[in-house]
Amino acid sequence: MKILIRSNFDLLLEALRKNNYKTIGPTVRDGAIVYDEINSTSDLPIGWTDKQDAGNYRLEKRNDDALFGYVVGPQSWKKFLNPPVYKLWQADKRGHNFEIIPEKIEETKYAFIGVRPCELNAIFIQDKVFTSGEYVNKNYKLRRDNAFIVAVNCVESGGTCFCVSMNTGPKAEKGFDISLTEIVKDGHHNFLIETGSEKGEKILSEIPHRTAVQNEIDSGNELINNAAATMGRVLDTSNIKNLLLNNLDHPQWDKVAERCLSCANCTMVCPTCFCTTIEDTTDLTGEHAERWQKWDSCFTIDFSYIHGGSIRNSVKSRYRQWMTHKLATWHDQFGSSGCVGCGRCITWCPVGIDITEEVRAIKESSK
Amino acid sequence: MASKEKPKLAVWKFASCDGCQLSLLDCEDELLSVAGAIEIANFPEASRAVVKGPYDISLVEGSITTPHDAERIHKIRRQSKFLITIGACATAGGIQALKNFKDVKEFIRLVYANPSYIETLNTSTPISNHIHVDYELHGCPVNKYQLIEIINAFLNNRKPNIAPHSVCIDCKLKGNVCITVAHGTACLGPVTHTGCNALCPSYNRGCFGCYGPKETPNTGSLADWMSKHGFREEEIVRSFRGFNAFAEAFRKESESHEK
Repeated sequence: MKILIRSNFDLLLEALRKNNYKTIGPTVRDGAIVYDEINSTSDLPIGWTDKQDAGNYRLEKRNDDALFGYVVGPQSWKKFLNPPVYKLWQADKRGHNFEIIPEKIEETKYAFIGVRPCELNAIFIQDKVFTSGEYVNKNYKLRRDNAFIVAVNCVESGGTCFCVSMNTGPKAEKGFDISLTEIVKDGHHNFLIETGSEKGEKILSEIPHRTAVQNEIDSGNELINNAAATMGRVLDTSNIKNLLLNNLDHPQWDKVAERCLSCANCTMVCPTCFCTTIEDTTDLTGEHAERWQKWDSCFTIDFSYIHGGSIRNSVKSRYRQWMTHKLATWHDQFGSSGCVGCGRCITWCPVGIDITEEVRAIKESSK
Repeated sequence: MASKEKPKLAVWKFASCDGCQLSLLDCEDELLSVAGAIEIANFPEASRAVVKGPYDISLVEGSITTPHDAERIHKIRRQSKFLITIGACATAGGIQALKNFKDVKEFIRLVYANPSYIETLNTSTPISNHIHVDYELHGCPVNKYQLIEIINAFLNNRKPNIAPHSVCIDCKLKGNVCITVAHGTACLGPVTHTGCNALCPSYNRGCFGCYGPKETPNTGSLADWMSKHGFREEEIVRSFRGFNAFAEAFRKESESHEK
């Protein structure tokens, strides 16, 4: 374990940029912490924290100058790895035929600064969706292979966090290039650094650092343990697949449908939700066409539209589809849960529907 | 195929502010391509020249508020192969449908010196209450790009790319921070039909519902949110009683908050 002192943090960003990475990280905008391009530590939410509860998010000032003293905001890294809207290809009419012009794959090298352990696990899940098996999403794969990940372990938990329940945090175990644990204590402000790849070691070698002493390592562990002990939410995952699939007609689905707006916010903010739709456009003459890909959601009617109509007309069936896929059938499809316990769907649901409460309600009445 | 005749387009006005048909003139850059692809056969806002029907596409703006208009719309339907209503007036009765909630005779007595000259129906109703409508384009006013998309889809024999989902999805695609969750601002976005590209929330203003109810709108749940956040019943009534006050979901919700 190494130590990077706070006053050298900018050198980490500089080293990444020198290695042709576009540095993306948390920054304050419109009363929330979002992910955007950052050029120096002054772009980070210094001294800010977030208070989160179901349907509620507020920024507050901390009484220290921590760089990462908050948890996750409304956006996730999927916004960069699988952009919300992008052109797949275009085509021009040539007589009775047409010619497809492939879209050039964007080769930006991203360095993601401040990837939380739950988010890292969400990226692993999307890796499985987009890059395993016969059909590989080349755009995603290229961006993913090029990405440099600076993970930040959580030393505090948020009001809607439940990574401990999902076994995805609060410490990043693998898959990062560099991981950081921020320690603001006794007048010192340091980062414990671990490297997880050759790329990470190379970057670390370009910035001043020293070896950590045991005391510092203990402090980091203590903070992470504290975060684990103070999770805002708990989700009991024992036997969850059978619980949900054996209760498809449970009255709780009707109850949640009374509140659910089917607005799709939960799926948009979820770091593992991966569904997209395809939109074909033409110009007025019909000589030129384009195919666009856009994030989609199982909460819309069109999502389950097949010849003759939509399969999931009721909001109840759409909520049930989303939750049973996320927590139950995802296991069959991808070999893990689709939930990483980041709490976004709870915080960013305008009416505060809480996935952990929904599971609890079904569980308690099924005893 | 023999040389293709250009499809004939007609634009019709009923009770409305003209804003939606002006969206067509507002197309500017695209207007020439539109004019190149279709024959604008009847569009008094743009030209006095009128080509006789029948018309391949009729765009109908405005609501039905007089006995005369209730007759006239049937004539237009008979002359139109494909009839599209545009805007909140034509699709939901418009802001003038506020009169549907009140006693119109009393308004007339109060406003006009000689009420006997006024010939009006008691209600302002959407075109679809009177005739079969092939497609409804929502918005107050309609989005000009969606208007072109409708014509484009018609010309190219395909489905228009116009989604009926919430405004929220557009906010999220744009990367907007949710103003309801992060600021506590009331916003009709979760129950409102997309189309404006989340214009108001992008400027930290709550959605006014200009595009009317989305597919399966849960207005009751959103009204509960408002109640819990200190909105009085009359404020909830008012928030659902805008340009799309008479659209079924918004009408029922506002009525349920009147004593």
